[in-house]
Amino acid sequence: MDPSRKRAIRLVVALTAALLLASALVYTSFAAGRDEVTASQLLAKAKPGKSYILAGTVLANSVHHQGTALLFRVRDPKLKVSVPVRYTGIVPDPFAEGRGVLVTVREQGSQWIGEQNSLTTKCPSKYQAASSSY
Amino acid sequence: MLQFLIVLAILAVVVIVVTGPLRSASRSPSTDAAGGPEVDDNPDIADLEAAREAKYREIRDAELDHSTGKLSDADFEAVDKTLRAEAVEILHALDRAREKH
Amino acid sequence: MALTGRALLILGLAVAVFGACASLYGVRTGRREWVDCGRRSVYTLAALMTLAFVILESAFLRSDFSFNVVAGHSSTTTPTFYKMTAPWSSQEGSLLLWVWLLSLWSSLVLFLTRGKVREIVPYATAILLGFGTFFLSLTVFYANPFATTSNPPAEGAGLDPLLLHPSMMIHPPMLYSGYTLLTIPFAFAVGALITGRLGSEWIAVVRRFALAAWLFLGIGILLGARWSYTELGWGGYWAWDPVENAALMPWLCITAFIHSIMIQEKRGMLKVWNASLVLGSATLAIIGTFLVRSGVLDSIHAFGASTLGVPFVLLIAVMICASIGLIVWRRPQLRSESQLDSLLSREAVFLFQNVVLVAMVFVVFWVTFFPLISEAVTGTKVSVGPPAFRPFIVPLALVLVLLSGIGPIIAWRRVTVANLRRNFTIPVLVGLTTLVVLIVAGGGTSSRPLALIMFGLGAFVITTVAQEIWRGVSARRAMTHDPVPIALVQLIRRNRRRYGGYIVHAGLAVLLIGVAASSSFQHSSDVTLAPGQHAVVNGYTIRYVRPLASATPQKISFGAVLDVSKGGKHVTTLTTTRGFYPAQDPTLGIIGRFFNGSADSNVGLRAGITKDIWTVINPDLSPLQSLITKGDRLFAADESQIMSRAAKVSTQQTQQSLNALFAQRDLAISGLTARFVSHPWSVNFLLIVSPLVTWIWLGALIIAFGGLIALWPVPAFARRRAVARAGAGRRSSPAVAARETA
Repeated sequence: MDPSRKRAIRLVVALTAALLLASALVYTSFAAGRDEVTASQLLAKAKPGKSYILAGTVLANSVHHQGTALLFRVRDPKLKVSVPVRYTGIVPDPFAEGRGVLVTVREQGSQWIGEQNSLTTKCPSKYQAASSSY
Repeated sequence: MLQFLIVLAILAVVVIVVTGPLRSASRSPSTDAAGGPEVDDNPDIADLEAAREAKYREIRDAELDHSTGKLSDADFEAVDKTLRAEAVEILHALDRAREKH
Repeated sequence: MALTGRALLILGLAVAVFGACASLYGVRTGRREWVDCGRRSVYTLAALMTLAFVILESAFLRSDFSFNVVAGHSSTTTPTFYKMTAPWSSQEGSLLLWVWLLSLWSSLVLFLTRGKVREIVPYATAILLGFGTFFLSLTVFYANPFATTSNPPAEGAGLDPLLLHPSMMIHPPMLYSGYTLLTIPFAFAVGALITGRLGSEWIAVVRRFALAAWLFLGIGILLGARWSYTELGWGGYWAWDPVENAALMPWLCITAFIHSIMIQEKRGMLKVWNASLVLGSATLAIIGTFLVRSGVLDSIHAFGASTLGVPFVLLIAVMICASIGLIVWRRPQLRSESQLDSLLSREAVFLFQNVVLVAMVFVVFWVTFFPLISEAVTGTKVSVGPPAFRPFIVPLALVLVLLSGIGPIIAWRRVTVANLRRNFTIPVLVGLTTLVVLIVAGGGTSSRPLALIMFGLGAFVITTVAQEIWRGVSARRAMTHDPVPIALVQLIRRNRRRYGGYIVHAGLAVLLIGVAASSSFQHSSDVTLAPGQHAVVNGYTIRYVRPLASATPQKISFGAVLDVSKGGKHVTTLTTTRGFYPAQDPTLGIIGRFFNGSADSNVGLRAGITKDIWTVINPDLSPLQSLITKGDRLFAADESQIMSRAAKVSTQQTQQSLNALFAQRDLAISGLTARFVSHPWSVNFLLIVSPLVTWIWLGALIIAFGGLIALWPVPAFARRRAVARAGAGRRSSPAVAARETA
């Protein structure tokens, strides 16, 4: 076979494979992803029974234990709003008041129930500008 | 005051060190301030020497591939012949570049 | 000395700017002395940054809390080793570390290349000093490590307890060494593209530093994984966290480069690809540095609130635009000199491996940045967790392992069917046999087929490496009649790149076998036990023997002793504790702040060659809460009384009263803590039995060993002798000359 034709075929095969990978990646990301919401967005648009990934910072003086459950409030990054979360499962070591967290929650009454072992904590921020806490 | 003097001293040393080549050049323009080992200055020659080293490595790799059974006798002969021809080309090019330089 | 330190930073910035300009001026005007000024600027910058770092270190060692970073990240009670390593736990100190390492590596490369690549070096010098200028600007204008306070606290905040781990302290210097070493191939690649000197010489320089970057970055990543496993209380070593991915992406990219550059060396192919890889690796390193410093993944809107996001974005934009522009401009000179002869060749295998590695970079990049991408496109931030990586990374990793086994046993240019049969028969048989045996041992079916395939492929790779080494030793012994150990050492010594690489491949196989086993066949259990109770995990009976507790002014700790047995026979005794460090916030209560501050876990770990038994305690402190609250009230009342009398008595008397109060406080805390032992209650344990985790660390050591062998320079005397002989013999057979060249 003519070398340039061989090269063209290989290029087409490679580009097709790349396109397939990219498409699969895009599809999986949108299909498997879950909306990441702040406290204010959660309160505004959450539907009962649906789970959301709540992102925010642990409110100062809000962390308590009740039996095996961990109770804390997650505050909105911009607005003076926070939501109460009741969580059971592994508590990451970096978890503390003032730390950024992500937790999968579902509405139950006036509380938000954290999915077991879904709590992750960001590394203690040494890189972000100090923000005021409330 | 002490810190100020230390900083001044460091500044003086820095200026002397960093501008050293400029002062050497103004005193004796022919001095090579780089002070490196004696190697050929011409970049074409340097490139060809690097290509030569790479080709020698390839020849050795092919010999090792042959001795470890990755290349049959016939394949090794063909590959070795090609590599040696390429090496000779590089050596000739190196000679030409040196003569020109 | 803070003033001196700051002056050194400003002086360093001036030297970096001057040196960059001098290099460029010198190379454009042909005035050698200005280029030499640029070179000396690099050496001077290294000296200045070393001095600056020494000043910062001494401040930490002296616990000089007038330095803000020392007050914020150290204390008088921090152990000396951690005081020395605490500078880079802060933004400011870590930026200084970046510049210092950059200046050291830049000095090394300029020293090693003196007299070589003379047209490229000035541009490379300017670019390296450009990076130095950028990072020094951050330290001078945004994050000054020598900022002081006129009112220093009596005690520092201390290091985050999670960082009190040797791995975590060595991890940043390794990572930053990797990042800064990546700027060197970048700088030389840009210099080569600008000058059009795209021959073999710059590759020889760049390859070794790329390999060094790969080695350091890899060690840094694995140290982080080790820290995660042994220090954090979740039992894993890799969470696909953005911070982890930030280091993984440039590492994958440079791995691709150190393979494909061999194709360029031998065949003059893939020049555009290699240029893109080396420029991309450094850009990804800066993107990684940006990721972990800007808070950008919180929200695309939030990063504007951080101090460093904008400068980094500008630098990344410049790097990307310049890289693309230079490659497009030099496309004619980057044309391949030859074509791929056959898909059955080492070139083809390397090319496939490159494609796989770049695909992995793309996957990691996409999923890591997806929250930002989705927010930009749809207005809603969509989060995808670790499960999004696995469908792509696992198959790609399987292909990568397969190719790492094929590469060593396939020849350059082309192979014949007979050769394939000779070289592949034993490794394929071993791999398949391993797979079949495991399937049969598992009862004929498996819910983890991909893990079994990884085991089979791992066995294949290890066999190919062993076969290659054995054949090399045999070939050498046929010539020299050396004993096997000597033949082995000589073989590796004379072919460091090849056999160092083979050892790395074997290490990778061992590591990925460990990853596959530990992630697919792990048994874990989250249980609540009272003393005397037990749980069973994967056939192991784990009994809670007795509680532990201790209290010091620096730390309170609650723990447990666990007995592990199997089939009635004692296996091991595990001890796990959870430590609580007092918070600084006084509103948490005089007693309460000791129980509500940072926490860390000491895992109970029994590591073995076949499996690890891992546990961590998560004590619930609510049974103590009422006593803590009562104590807070009582002590607050006492403190209030003392302070109300302070105006009427001397300062010394007030201090004595406070000291007595604090002594009582410490007694109360000891008493509270001791209740955990005297009146124990049920506590939560995470119990994990995980196979072959140790293979991950063993594989890492093998990879590091192989990398060091590949990186180790040929002794100078041997190189000079070889060059001299090659020069004398250049008119004779190239084969003779080749044999002489080390």
